[in-house]
Amino acid sequence: MQIPEIVGAGLIVIGAGLGIGKIGGSAMDAIARQPEASGKIQTAMIIAAALIEGIGFAALFAK
Amino acid sequence: MVISKKPLHFILVAMLAFLPLVTIANTTNDPTTVEDHKTAKTEANSNPEEHAEPLDQKSKIKEFINHHLLDSHSFNFNANEETKEHYGVALPVILWDNGIQIFSSSKFHDGEEVAESNGNFYVLHHEKIYKTDASGKLNEEHGHPTNVRPIDFSITKSVIGILLVAILMFVLFTSLAKSYSKNGGISKGIGRIFEPLVLYIRDEIAIPNIGEKGYKKYMSYLLTVFFFIFFLNILGLAPFGFNITGNITITLSLALLTYLITTVTANKNYWSHMLWMPGVPVVLKPVLAIIELLGTIIKPFSLMIRLYANMMAGHVVLMSIIGLMFIFKSWLGSSLSFVLAFSLSILEILVAFLQAYIFTMLTSLYFGAGNEEHHHEEAH
Repeated sequence: MQIPEIVGAGLIVIGAGLGIGKIGGSAMDAIARQPEASGKIQTAMIIAAALIEGIGFAALFAK
Repeated sequence: MVISKKPLHFILVAMLAFLPLVTIANTTNDPTTVEDHKTAKTEANSNPEEHAEPLDQKSKIKEFINHHLLDSHSFNFNANEETKEHYGVALPVILWDNGIQIFSSSKFHDGEEVAESNGNFYVLHHEKIYKTDASGKLNEEHGHPTNVRPIDFSITKSVIGILLVAILMFVLFTSLAKSYSKNGGISKGIGRIFEPLVLYIRDEIAIPNIGEKGYKKYMSYLLTVFFFIFFLNILGLAPFGFNITGNITITLSLALLTYLITTVTANKNYWSHMLWMPGVPVVLKPVLAIIELLGTIIKPFSLMIRLYANMMAGHVVLMSIIGLMFIFKSWLGSSLSFVLAFSLSILEILVAFLQAYIFTMLTSLYFGAGNEEHHHEEAH
């Protein structure tokens, strides 16, 4: 394990965190606008978050 | 005086949540564990070079976590460091090495001795079985043994866990089905917990993603995979330290099943859109075909990595936080790690459900993509 690899993994995790945060925030906005569609929005949110999370884990385990 | 039921429920839940801590932070002399091979330890102590002597606390914890993450050939509850005694149940080892070799894993004495079976000698090194001579010496190269590895069909700890969950699921859902027919279609007892889950998978996962028409033939697989992953994840949080869904071979086979079902049951449109995409210039068609074919492999691959990484990361973090207790050795550090481990255990229950849900959800999405009807005729 070398320093550049750790930094790279950290950068990717920061990016993934920002991405999931953005998804969560946008989903909150969308639910506030259309509370009746909250079920569908939640499903889409979880799928998108799971896809990004996969990248984060890949970075963590590849380091 | 009336005692409200709520505090009682909370105490019960809290006790359940603390159970993993009890098994991990066990004292060395647990009177309830099965003392299986207490006697045969005298020879192992005679050669101290084989075991790097007193490790510091940090590397000990690291070793414990690594050992927990691996599959195991014996079911150990506890170990005594001074006497190198392990308390647990030996499991059968089944090898294919020019004929079948069956013996008990107690012959290995937890990786400290050479096991002999029909004139062949085997040694256990980091939970992998290698073939050796009578002295049990491994030829190492770059830190990896180069000895022959026989094909291992052993009933390991993970296999025990999987069998346990399989039997539980079989008994649970057959009795559930029987109770429905007896009760005139009304759920009863444990069915009141599982009926909403089954309906949720049908109404919220299968029908919206696969479609009203073809969802029925996939329901059995979706329900099986959901409850299988869910129960295995919960079993991973329970005492006895199973780490089954945090094992990449298990998630690989689950993802492979999803891939096979998607590929076999896909209809004509799926293949035509993949191999010869309509509506794009001819030059682009082979390029798109390559990308689409790669995509079919990446999809189950990401399924595999996601479940494995989530469960393994959960186990590592939880055990590291519990390990902090042994590093700090003060009331402040211990109570801090206790509170953290407690809240993380509760979070892990959520993750256990969420990962099962996501796996089922994405699986049904892939099935849906393979079964889409050709409904956008006018577009191209």
